[in-house]
Amino acid sequence: MAEVLVVVEQAGGAVKKVTLEMLTLARELGTPAAVVLGAPGAAAAVVDKLAEYGAATVYAAEHEDLDGYLVAPKAAALADLVRQVSPAAVLLGSTQEGKEIAGRLAVRLDNGLLTDVTGLAADGTATQAIFAGSTIVTSRVTRGLPLVTVRPNSLTPTPAPAEAKVSAVEVAVDGSAKLARIVERVAEAKGARPELTEASVVVSGGRGVGSAENFKQVEELADLLGGAVGASRAAVDSGFYPHQFQVGQTGKTVSPQLYIALGISGAIQHRAGMQTSKVIVAVNKDPEAPIFELADFGVVGDLHKVVPQAAEEIRKRR
Amino acid sequence: MNIVVLVKQVPDSGAERNLRSDDNTVDRESATNVINEMDEYAIEEALRIQEAHGGEVTVLTMGPERAGESIRKALSMGPDKAVHVVDDALHGSDALATSKVLAAALGTVNPDLILCGAESTDGRVQVMPHMLAERMGIAALTGARKLTVDTDGAGGATLTIERQTEEGYEVVTASTPAVVSVWDTINEPRYPSFKGIMAAKKKPVTTLSLADLGIPAAEVGLAGAYSAVVEHAKRPPRQGGTKVVDEGDGGVKLVEFLASEKFV
Repeated sequence: MAEVLVVVEQAGGAVKKVTLEMLTLARELGTPAAVVLGAPGAAAAVVDKLAEYGAATVYAAEHEDLDGYLVAPKAAALADLVRQVSPAAVLLGSTQEGKEIAGRLAVRLDNGLLTDVTGLAADGTATQAIFAGSTIVTSRVTRGLPLVTVRPNSLTPTPAPAEAKVSAVEVAVDGSAKLARIVERVAEAKGARPELTEASVVVSGGRGVGSAENFKQVEELADLLGGAVGASRAAVDSGFYPHQFQVGQTGKTVSPQLYIALGISGAIQHRAGMQTSKVIVAVNKDPEAPIFELADFGVVGDLHKVVPQAAEEIRKRR
Repeated sequence: MNIVVLVKQVPDSGAERNLRSDDNTVDRESATNVINEMDEYAIEEALRIQEAHGGEVTVLTMGPERAGESIRKALSMGPDKAVHVVDDALHGSDALATSKVLAAALGTVNPDLILCGAESTDGRVQVMPHMLAERMGIAALTGARKLTVDTDGAGGATLTIERQTEEGYEVVTASTPAVVSVWDTINEPRYPSFKGIMAAKKKPVTTLSLADLGIPAAEVGLAGAYSAVVEHAKRPPRQGGTKVVDEGDGGVKLVEFLASEKFV
């Protein structure tokens, strides 16, 4: 079977969940081969995890420049590898970096590209949810190989141990790929919560939360459920919570097993970021809030009373 | 500094949006079409750089005739002029073809700095800045929440951005010419003044066709696309489920529901 290349994404030294999802998906399409694009030593740190999820080969494309410049060197190295191994398909995460590499790769290879894919069949037919999740599209790359970015939380990753033979890839980075230099990476404390787009539970707060201080209630419920915290644009614009946690049209798109909306009215721009969630729960003072139209369970009431009581009840049940 | 802002007209994300049943492209005919929201932040950033360092701001749009409305709206914020690439053969172009056309059009303006929104609200593909950078052999600084411009006195500049990542943020730098994409955290766009709206009506808008750009029609549009929509369908609307009014036990009821779904 032909190889399906999965471009590995890491965060804090660990393999991101979307990579494990892509390895799981790749097994349906061919022989999964992981591609690590990074500084020397990047592949060794993750090879065991990639093997656990079925990577028969780990291509280690390692060079200081892959880490020191914004995506262009990674795209160049990946393009070279694709030309060498002629894979059946190339999968990247539908993340900022994954899309950026994919865009450059498409131009370099003169190959079609599909982004935000939630499913990919063996014949190359991809599924996408567009317009705030309101329309489901099936599409195909019609020129070149299926080059797709896969939206996190599109499927459940399952282990399937494989050998994971490490294959070093020669990387030559020319000057044209070294135009945008990364001067500094600043880590910001984010605690133990899962990453927003990868979390299986997301608890979000909106304007109704009322203040930055009150977001502690949102965080408490999220922590009790092992979830990530999100915020509506109204909450972010009001300064209640940082922008990187914004869910919706101009923020992140999430698709968790459980989405809890607290004090969020449910404007169409917010729904754009969360309406493909499996189960939706809402708490809102306004019984007419549009969020209730999509909620599997809704509580009409004051979230400042309902949420602490719910937190207490969860603790009681443990 | 010679700045170009890429502006896309998109169907209003606050209203219902559809694909056409005949050719699976975005239905722009029946939609309320507006400037892609993120692009307004790019225009604002361009104007601030112009205010600080001088130069000219040009709006560049590829789109059908009626995208001219969005160009006038963009100009009313303050840019000096616009270029509108309009050609019937462009209908249905994918990102690759769009980047080819925009790169050619940018070649006619020869900018030091290209600014754009980080994504459009219709496609949300996010690849355009890097596709353009790849085609034009220039730097791409993407997803900026902050942009600093240090001019070298000779028309060029060093650009430095902060971009949000999942772990924190990155500081990335490049020399002009470069393309920079911005998120809505970067500034607060100004509203067009009455004077600005009146002035926009008289600002020059150059229209360019595919022939003007030397791009064969077969390389763009639906026929030239490298991917195709096979079919599309409306997702059945979600049905609201149980709704209870809190009578002092709302939190308990919520947890009972979570337990019934095995989340607790």
